[in-house]
Amino acid sequence: MNILVCISKTPDTTSKISFKNNDTEFNAEGITFILNPYDEWYALVRALELVESGGGKVTVLNMGDATNDMIIRKALALGAHEAVRIDGDPADAFTVADNIAAYCKTQMPDAIFLGKETIDFNGSEVGPMLAELLDIPFISYVNHLEQSNGSTQLTREIEGGTETCEVAGPFVLSAAKGLAEQRIPNMKGIMMAKTKPLQVIPALSGTARVTASRFTLPPAKSGVRLVSPDNMDELVRLLHEEAKVI
Amino acid sequence: MSVLVYIESPEGKIKKSGHEVATYAAKTAQILGTEAIGLLIGQAENAAQLGEYGLGRILQIHPSENPDFDAKSWAKLISEVALAQNASVVILTHSANGKSMAGRIAVRLEAGCISGASSLPDPGTSFAVSKSVFSGKAKVNYQIQTSTKVISLMGNTLQPEKTGGPGTVEVLDKKLDTPSVKVVSRQTSTGIVPLPEAELVVSAGRGLKGPENWGIIEDLAQSLGATTACSRPVADSGWRPHHEHVGQTGVAIRPNLYIAAGISGAIQHLAGVNNSKVIVVINKDPEAPFFKAADFGVIGDAFEVVPRLTAAIRKFKQG
Repeated sequence: MNILVCISKTPDTTSKISFKNNDTEFNAEGITFILNPYDEWYALVRALELVESGGGKVTVLNMGDATNDMIIRKALALGAHEAVRIDGDPADAFTVADNIAAYCKTQMPDAIFLGKETIDFNGSEVGPMLAELLDIPFISYVNHLEQSNGSTQLTREIEGGTETCEVAGPFVLSAAKGLAEQRIPNMKGIMMAKTKPLQVIPALSGTARVTASRFTLPPAKSGVRLVSPDNMDELVRLLHEEAKVI
Repeated sequence: MSVLVYIESPEGKIKKSGHEVATYAAKTAQILGTEAIGLLIGQAENAAQLGEYGLGRILQIHPSENPDFDAKSWAKLISEVALAQNASVVILTHSANGKSMAGRIAVRLEAGCISGASSLPDPGTSFAVSKSVFSGKAKVNYQIQTSTKVISLMGNTLQPEKTGGPGTVEVLDKKLDTPSVKVVSRQTSTGIVPLPEAELVVSAGRGLKGPENWGIIEDLAQSLGATTACSRPVADSGWRPHHEHVGQTGVAIRPNLYIAAGISGAIQHLAGVNNSKVIVVINKDPEAPFFKAADFGVIGDAFEVVPRLTAAIRKFKQG
């Protein structure tokens, strides 16, 4: 099975976020970038497991400039066989989906995995857009996947529970926690990653459909009001009369 | 021109999140000077009541069945209705199903898409909508540059608002295509409000020392009618199920009240919860970083404070 895993570069989870140019742009200064956790921990690792047990190859794909090669090499070090970078600005979800779809039309994978969202823009949009552009099924928030007799059984998270479904033929899934266990790259993998193929292809021309006009940070809390641990009646009163939440 | 809103009716029931999107659609239509049209797929109890939230018309397809969800065929059907109704804005709930369809519908309608919107559109310069980004660490104002717009609405963005009487339900003679995935089974817990929709959440962390001590957290949640949650180390240790994990790599929530006991408040945890309206932190360590993000704090041992708070809430409720 040939699986395409779409990966993104995101700020590390511990990053303090700030903006520049009148709050119109993310300030990347001093930020450590990582492979988006949902792409790495769940989508990529489950794809690797499937190929390890059933054969085939895992291709990772990223859209961005050459500074993204670092996270692409990380994916190769974890075990992906080859990589593709679409050399262009991932301006909005549609731009990314459109470019990935164009690549897939030249060599259609058996399945496409991506994380349920990136931890920076939290869109969850590329997966469904890509599936629509390729006219194939999309299954969101998958936390379990098994294959048998040419069909794939997937369990997806829904509100207050899970739903299990079956799909035949190519599909796109978005990976959630539980689909696989995080792996740490070993020295052999890191060395091999340096020589694995990384193909750079040009991006399509296009304009973004959605643009960010202004970022804001949440207003700082005015300060905590401490309540004595011996006076929970007072806390209940505050929550009811002042905060009006109970 | 019109605003089309798809209203979910899982197992034939319209939930509060459905009334929220109906209200949002009615207000959006008012801003744009057009009408809001509701769309139901499958059975829906009290469908006509959607009119009370300001929907001019309510359309329904497959009114006497409960068809299984499939993003591909459902998104196609909603897109076809949007075209037939000349919709310039399509609104969905930011749920598992809504998120699966928003992008697909946007592709079909050549529309710009904003998923997880948390404000009404500002029609001023360009259709601007705000949403939470960086897992709750910031907000962004997005502008949609296309003439058709697709929006999925984050839960608890606004309260459902009744503005009129019931509407009439018009059954459309249309059908879903054969599904592209086959649903085999569904497991849902009944009676508990799922975390993303919960207005009241009680959460605990490693300070609780072990899963056997969760009784006091469940008691507190029960006294309030709240949903329980936990920090990442708790879910990773298997003390609590993964779906209860709130934070940057777990569920992002925005309840009215978030009570955290025995959670120090790492930046990744705060990211998932700092859209909560009111935060109460209970921790025996006065230096816990969570106090800086809290509205109300109690410095004390969770094993003593939580049962006292539960008792105080029960007393208040009996009033």
